[in-house]
Amino acid sequence: MCLAIPSKILKIKGQMAEVDIGGNVKEVNIMLTPEAKVGDYVLLHAGYAIQVIDEKAANEIFEAWEEAYNALQ
Amino acid sequence: MHSNKKEYARFLLDSIHREIDRPITVMEVCGTHTVSIARSGLRELLPEQMQLLSGPGCPVCVTDDLDLDMVMALSRQEGIILATFGDMMRVPGTESTLQQEKSKGADVRVVYSPTDALQLASENPDLQVVFLGVGFETTTPVVAAALDQAVQLGLKNFSVFSLHKLVPPIMRALLEDPEVKLDAFINPGHVCTILGTEPFRFIAEEYGKPCVVAGFEAADILEALLMIVRQYREGRPAVEIQYKRAVRPEGNPVAVGFIEKYFQPVDARWRGIGMVAESGLDLRDEYAQFDAKKRFPLDIQPGVRRKKCSCGEVLKGLKLPYQCPLFGKACTPAKPVGPCMVSTEGSCAAYYRYGRKKAGVSS
Repeated sequence: MCLAIPSKILKIKGQMAEVDIGGNVKEVNIMLTPEAKVGDYVLLHAGYAIQVIDEKAANEIFEAWEEAYNALQ
Repeated sequence: MHSNKKEYARFLLDSIHREIDRPITVMEVCGTHTVSIARSGLRELLPEQMQLLSGPGCPVCVTDDLDLDMVMALSRQEGIILATFGDMMRVPGTESTLQQEKSKGADVRVVYSPTDALQLASENPDLQVVFLGVGFETTTPVVAAALDQAVQLGLKNFSVFSLHKLVPPIMRALLEDPEVKLDAFINPGHVCTILGTEPFRFIAEEYGKPCVVAGFEAADILEALLMIVRQYREGRPAVEIQYKRAVRPEGNPVAVGFIEKYFQPVDARWRGIGMVAESGLDLRDEYAQFDAKKRFPLDIQPGVRRKKCSCGEVLKGLKLPYQCPLFGKACTPAKPVGPCMVSTEGSCAAYYRYGRKKAGVSS
């Protein structure tokens, strides 16, 4: 239940941001990460960004996903 | 992480085998870890001296049946929309589930985010929308943020039924329980993304036990286990972060601020474990108009708990799932009796899915 997924911020409109999650664009709330800027990577949980992470970390998490996905094929 | 993960995992495993110099029982307190450990088959690869237990790390599983009875009674009231994360739909109270209530006509809606519940409130001004607040510190700030939005919007028909739980107090309760024998914790990764390490320092300082915040890949967990082995070898119990990709020592202070603004610690019931002091959260008195427990007081007789299910012992690490007499027989993911089999992150569901064939073999 405490799963959180990485995404990249594309646009910011007030408390909301458009983010890219592995190719899908989604709108999320960024009020818990007020320091987040366009181009930053954030961890998402239940529609909200909960932490800003660096690009390397985001890519590592994406990679792990891909591996898990491939392992299930 | 290293480029060749398999090789790195082997190196970590070899190091654990070489360096462990005493029996160490490690408990993880996170459903995602439970699944990752079961799926990767790590238990079979570790030295005999190292035992991995799954603790009360799934917020769905620890939600008490008597509390759920209240939620179901509320969902049956006229004019109420009960909004919940999907995970809660099949969790049994003493007699029913939200899914059963829905099929009998209760207006129960599955939402992905508390924002969706706010939306429901805006779209249905003549109905009361109650959001079922379930989850640990990863989820609570998100619900607090939604409450903040409801306050800003002046929503009159939105409230939260809080069954939120806190991780540090249950870890203390486990350490204080004379029946529970454990030597170290793997800390939940995303709970620590919010809390940081400070709220866990007492585990090292008062109880002399290591705890390491771990990520969710097999290599992350192995790295955390090696860190625990080394803390014992070097005699320096501490809170360490393996999952640096997502966890900073200070956590996310803004998110913690939102929790503290809207919620206050209260004694809470944990399924199978019982009442644990200051281990849950209710809304603060000043936000009573957003507190479903205060707005819709219920007077219901407590139901009778199911007795045969061993969920409580499983959640405390006293029993492995297949040691429950119901496991795999009367209780399966298709027909779950206890919450640990309902949630995909429950210990029983993880053992059933990934380890059933090994049932009976010590792991």
